[in-house]
Amino acid sequence: MTPGQRRWIFLAAMAGLAAFYVWGLAGLPGFGNYPGPYGDIINRIAVAQTKATGVVSAVNFEYRGFDTVGEEFILFVAATAMAVVLRHLRHEREEDSPGATEDWAVPPASDSVRLVALIFTGPVVVMGWFLASHAQTSPSGGFQGGVILATAFFLIYLSGEYLLFRRISPVDVTGAFEAVGAGGFAAIGVAALVMGLPYLKNFLPLGTTPGAVSSSGTIALISFFVGVEVAAAFILIVGELVEQTLLVRQGDH
Amino acid sequence: MHIFPFVVVVYILAVGLYGIVTSRHLVHQIMCLIVVQSSTYVLLLGIGYKTGAVAPYFYDIPVHTPAVDPVVQALALTDVVVEAAVTALLLAFAIQAHKRFGTLDPQELVQLKG
Repeated sequence: MTPGQRRWIFLAAMAGLAAFYVWGLAGLPGFGNYPGPYGDIINRIAVAQTKATGVVSAVNFEYRGFDTVGEEFILFVAATAMAVVLRHLRHEREEDSPGATEDWAVPPASDSVRLVALIFTGPVVVMGWFLASHAQTSPSGGFQGGVILATAFFLIYLSGEYLLFRRISPVDVTGAFEAVGAGGFAAIGVAALVMGLPYLKNFLPLGTTPGAVSSSGTIALISFFVGVEVAAAFILIVGELVEQTLLVRQGDH
Repeated sequence: MHIFPFVVVVYILAVGLYGIVTSRHLVHQIMCLIVVQSSTYVLLLGIGYKTGAVAPYFYDIPVHTPAVDPVVQALALTDVVVEAAVTALLLAFAIQAHKRFGTLDPQELVQLKG
């Protein structure tokens, strides 16, 4: 198929999509006129029911916790699959030129980059930890906190400390953390089953003050495990990609 | 009826799809897929929006304050992170394809197969 034909087929398909979309729009209530009722009901009952003031987290880790387990495992599988795909390649590469991985050409970082990266590493860890552990109170949670925690490791890489980045996040350890995070979420669900409750039922004491760090039972705990999982997955992903870059760069020399 | 955000949705979707169809580079194609996926965020958040409502966080406001739909926000939130990981997997496949076939042009890759 030529690019021209491809474009015409695309335009015909888009015309069809546009027609259906306009038809669908006619039935929508219009921007700003949210019809409900689910969002409104959850907003009304979530705080009393879960003692969490962050209703988005309550939805993610409580009301649709079962869906979130599935999504978290998509993340887990994607990160693992990526490592598998690239590891195979690295193995090939090592056979081609033995010892090639010993002295990689690590790009040098300028002093200003090193300084900024070092200044930010500590605060970024604190912020990531804060977000991952405050899902129940504020707009935060394991997904956001995990990504920010992982950023701290990338700052170390950015500052030119590639070997340090590798030493504090070896693939085995990162993989183990990822498994603990993903497995922890599932295990909380199973723990509820063991107590004779439905899967992922919130079985911990909810606390009395809505929005307190100790409130909301399993919501806070699940969010923490998700944070561990997300941080480990992203460190694994970036570690693998960085390694590929260095291999390619070394191949050029 | 106020439909501007929904027009933006279909625009982002169409631009991304056009990029995927006409792309000559796998990395560019993956970026276009991200653009397509971004349209779902706008759609989800657009549906859940309520004029004059606040974010669904009741830490320092009364519980009965009108707030936007938290369900669609939760969907968008997990989607962003999962999408990033899936993108990384796709990029790994692109690296693999380049090493194996020496090209990143999807149209040449199709010809190689046949």
